[in-house]
Amino acid sequence: MLILTCPCCNIAADETELLPGGQAHITRHGPGSDDADFETYLFMRENPKGVHFERWRHSMGCGKWFHAARCTATLEVFATYSAQTFGPPQHVIDAIKSRRPDWQGPV
Amino acid sequence: MGARRDNPPITSTVCQPRGAVPLKRYSVFAVAREALRFHTGWERAWHSPAPKKKYDVVIVGAGGHGLATAYWLGKNHGIRNVAVIEKGWLGGGNTGRNTTIIRSNYLQDASAAIYEKSRSLYETMSQDVNYNIMFSPRGVIMLAQTQHEVRGFQRTVHANALQGVKTEFISPQRVKELCPIMNIDGPRYPVLGGLWQARGGTARHDAVAWGYARACSDMGMDIIQQCEVTGVRQSGGKVAGISTTKGEIDCDKLGIVVAGHSGVLAEMAGFRLPLESVALQALVSEPIKPCMDIVVMANTVHGYMSQSDKGEMVIGGGADGYNNYTQRGSFHHIEETVRALIETFPMISRLKMLRQWGGIVDMTGDRSPIISKTPLENCFINCGWGTGGFKAIPGSGWATAEMIARGEPGPLAEEFSMYRFREGRFIDESVAAGVAH
Repeated sequence: MLILTCPCCNIAADETELLPGGQAHITRHGPGSDDADFETYLFMRENPKGVHFERWRHSMGCGKWFHAARCTATLEVFATYSAQTFGPPQHVIDAIKSRRPDWQGPV
Repeated sequence: MGARRDNPPITSTVCQPRGAVPLKRYSVFAVAREALRFHTGWERAWHSPAPKKKYDVVIVGAGGHGLATAYWLGKNHGIRNVAVIEKGWLGGGNTGRNTTIIRSNYLQDASAAIYEKSRSLYETMSQDVNYNIMFSPRGVIMLAQTQHEVRGFQRTVHANALQGVKTEFISPQRVKELCPIMNIDGPRYPVLGGLWQARGGTARHDAVAWGYARACSDMGMDIIQQCEVTGVRQSGGKVAGISTTKGEIDCDKLGIVVAGHSGVLAEMAGFRLPLESVALQALVSEPIKPCMDIVVMANTVHGYMSQSDKGEMVIGGGADGYNNYTQRGSFHHIEETVRALIETFPMISRLKMLRQWGGIVDMTGDRSPIISKTPLENCFINCGWGTGGFKAIPGSGWATAEMIARGEPGPLAEEFSMYRFREGRFIDESVAAGVAH
């Protein structure tokens, strides 16, 4: 059972309390963008075997969105962090690098 | 008493010259002959040679789709200098992990064409490859349990009539006749009808991989197991070969048919795919006496079930909602699936579950597959079958082989281009089926 700690209410929530929201930090291309931009925004996904940044919602708890950094190859959770950010903060990157020294960094 | 040897030596073909040893045919006479000599004469079902330096075509992934692609390359296009490379063991990925359902009652024309081609190829596959895949056209029913589903399935039946796929919409009473163990009166969702495909069914999934592997090996192709691809080499924008744990292999054309790991291989080849890999689970019960001779899919409550020849109830349900490469899923999905099926089939409530497992499925945005050329010349990809690839194995291989041989997708594959997302030409089966399929 996947357990993520919601950074908004600090509750360690089972995945039955949580709603997965897909890849985090994607660029939401708007009006005037070309077909390739919309394809990237709507359909192209990183899908890495390893470190992955995701959006989650504490839907059966406080109801807030947040971010998680997870390993898709081992299901290890590196960190959860606020939704109010465009990229993973430094402490999350440090947490990942301490566990995955050869990780190349966020794409 | 005869001098029976308990452990007869298996005639290994590992070191024998390539292509020089045609495999013996399986037949009733072979069974009788071997019975008379204590089964000492069986040979390995396929050859396991070391990789050559160069092939015309290398297929990465010896699951059903990869092996079927190699098979039709040889059968339909005469391309036999082919290697099929497998990281693990043959058919050990999703081919050996699915619930073996075969049907073709899809809404969209492109889907119906390839799945119906596939279903019809399954009918003759045992004879084609000289290997009993135990195809059992026992019939597949998809339950309509809401008014929305009734209308949706009636629409699908009309579409199928135009596509030449034989399906019908049947009454709750007919559903009960076909499957007496089903509770059609609720409690949450009474059965309002069903989409019935009498010529759908099941097959033995391992045998599909083994049968194709054997037929490919018999044509002189190399099946190379426990050989992981570590890189894709290119020169001048074209595929030059692959790097593997068993050395460098050159090839003119490369087919990537690796399901859940498509994103990993695409990264090696330098392009991205509109895919996400998630875990899908299945489970089987302890074996019981025959009680159900069709396949039932209940999409609203979300579970599907059939009974294997061994008597186990084979059960599948929903996929996880987050990316995962571990081949194990979340337990609460099992609970939801079993709960749904106990509503539908009350008699299974006391059954013990015997085994549970997961596979990594590659999901596209429109829940339809990708059979496509890629940005790298002479590199082709077959992926995105998501939760429903087993039923498509022969047809998918047929279409992919045609694309690799000609360099351009043929009529079955052309709509499944990976560029359809940019162009807005979706083959939207997620709406059509209303469920992962």
